[in-house]
Amino acid sequence: MTAQTLYEKLWNSHVVTQLGDGEALLYIDRHLVHEVSSPQAFVAMREAGRPLRRPGTHYAVVDHAVPTRSPRADGVRLGTIADAQAAAQIAELEANVAEFAVPYAQLDGPEQGIVHVIGPESGFTLPGTTIVCGDSHTTTHGAFGALAFGIGASEQGTVMAAQSLRQKPARTMRIHLTGTRHPFVFAKDIALAIIGQIGAHGAAGHAVEFTGEVIATMSMAERMTLCNMMIEAGSRVGLIAPDDTTFAYIKGRRLAPKGAQWDQAVAYWRSLASDPGATYDRTVTIDVSALAPQVSWGTTPDQTLPIDGVVPDPAQIADATAARQAEKAIAYMGLTAGQSLDSIAITHAFIGSCTNGRIEDLRAAAGIAYGRKVASGVRAIVVPGSAATRDLAEAEGLDKIFVEAGFEWRLAGCSMCVAMNDDRLAPGERCASTSNRNFEGRQGPGGRTHLMSPAMAAASAISGHIADVRKFLA
Amino acid sequence: MSAQAFTTLSGPAIPMAEDNIDTDIIFPARFLLLTNKAGLGKYAFHDRRYTADGAEVPDYVMNREGWREAPFIVAGANFGSGSSREQAVWAIHGAGVRCVIAPGFGEIFHANCQRNGILPITLPAEQMADVMAAAQAGTGFAVDLETQTLTMGNAAAPIHFDIAPGAKLALLNGWDETAVVLNQYGADITAFERAQRATQPWLYPEDTAA
Repeated sequence: MTAQTLYEKLWNSHVVTQLGDGEALLYIDRHLVHEVSSPQAFVAMREAGRPLRRPGTHYAVVDHAVPTRSPRADGVRLGTIADAQAAAQIAELEANVAEFAVPYAQLDGPEQGIVHVIGPESGFTLPGTTIVCGDSHTTTHGAFGALAFGIGASEQGTVMAAQSLRQKPARTMRIHLTGTRHPFVFAKDIALAIIGQIGAHGAAGHAVEFTGEVIATMSMAERMTLCNMMIEAGSRVGLIAPDDTTFAYIKGRRLAPKGAQWDQAVAYWRSLASDPGATYDRTVTIDVSALAPQVSWGTTPDQTLPIDGVVPDPAQIADATAARQAEKAIAYMGLTAGQSLDSIAITHAFIGSCTNGRIEDLRAAAGIAYGRKVASGVRAIVVPGSAATRDLAEAEGLDKIFVEAGFEWRLAGCSMCVAMNDDRLAPGERCASTSNRNFEGRQGPGGRTHLMSPAMAAASAISGHIADVRKFLA
Repeated sequence: MSAQAFTTLSGPAIPMAEDNIDTDIIFPARFLLLTNKAGLGKYAFHDRRYTADGAEVPDYVMNREGWREAPFIVAGANFGSGSSREQAVWAIHGAGVRCVIAPGFGEIFHANCQRNGILPITLPAEQMADVMAAAQAGTGFAVDLETQTLTMGNAAAPIHFDIAPGAKLALLNGWDETAVVLNQYGADITAFERAQRATQPWLYPEDTAA
């Protein structure tokens, strides 16, 4: 039998039927649902009078529109939301999940959080499955060896009714990571460096699989960060083969297989890794040994440089299109060509999101914040990716470290990554952000975003300007 | 959600000579709190089209004579990248756009277009230069999906474009994809589930739930 990649195994094991011309009807095992992208899909179901084919394969949560503060001492948010549109959107999801019997992580419950954080935490995300969500960062779940990709609301309606989607297979791309990294170079830095190298659409049309010794030693949190960011390189799919680290993470979680089924599942999951001799359409090899912490300076995620770099000079960029894009980005960002990246003053720091809102991220940031103070003039917020992450962080005392250092300690949600809740930048404000997109207006109209790791964002909050976290190494 | 059929289209093309126009630019996130897909046309490219106090930005291309409510967009690489929000497609549809021509698209945006009666055309970079120049000159565009041809002005030789046969058929007929899948492949889906249930029973929590 021909040697297969992980992607090919996941694809082949989910083909319901071939449709000709390279397309197939692909079976969808799991669907994550949030309040922003799902309302129109539920409307379509209701209008057509269609039942949900398998209600138990969906899992819903509110994350994008929710505030990350509560006026109540007990932190309860339901019933306290001032924004009428946000409250209505949350109420609409609650009505929809009740009507269609969709399992739901309720707003003030123990499993609420960002959809891409709670999927793995609950054991909903499993290797060998197909997972979709009306959210582009569904790439995150590929860290478990699941074929996971973002879809639109119309496609969500098809998944709800038919548990399948017409799809065309992607080409395959292997990103092989070698070497040993500096202790303050994280998955986020590696992801930004990859995107800087291959471009914001460098992986378009490809399913990316990460391999190499760097991956073998990464935690699930770091693997999720890497896969999460692949949509910023234009790929809908980022993958890592499941291994003992994966199984140890999943075992015992609420929705994970139990007993004999656990052993049966692990045996199957071990067979998913790419076969020796499997071929990829493209391979990119990156030695992480020489990498410095990365920071984005522009308005697309590939406009990223090592922290010891300077804002580029468009006049020095040979490619006319790239030069024009750089000029436009520099103007929007209010920067000057040649300016040192570590001299850029900030007004905000945001630690959180589906990219970097997990306990490992909070520990890294707290390690920098410990015993230090946020610079005056900087508003710094820490937003755990889920209620469970928040509880664990509090059990470890991280909340106290942050609060003593002058950071705000918030409730779980997408927060300032998406600027459709209370947390957003005003025009001209500048944020050191652990989120995933530095697009124009992404954190609020006229807001300016610099992407970086949680340790870098904490170091920047304390310094009052974008800072090289390596200088904080004791 | 039955889509509108797409057969032919003609009119001017809005030139957007810029790479990586993402769906946050097309439909700013704060408007995602709206849950109705109708009436979103006024939010398309909102923060470029309007000032903070709601006035039109006079020199923004969509506000200029000749391109107001034009049915085509001609854009740079990676158009519609970023967020999966289908509101980006509903918004340009609401603004009158039915065809987008670019050297490449965000993949989710591309799929969303086809679900909503909008034809995304991908052309190689060497052809895009002429297409962009024609759009900037205000030339009339005409597209025929059946013959897969794009004609600009009085050009004698139309440009051929590729499209997946399944997507072409769905667009030509304005089919509701969900209905097609249910009607044509319902039995195949059931057979798939029977086989998967036997080999991966842990994926069927409904069988063991109390």
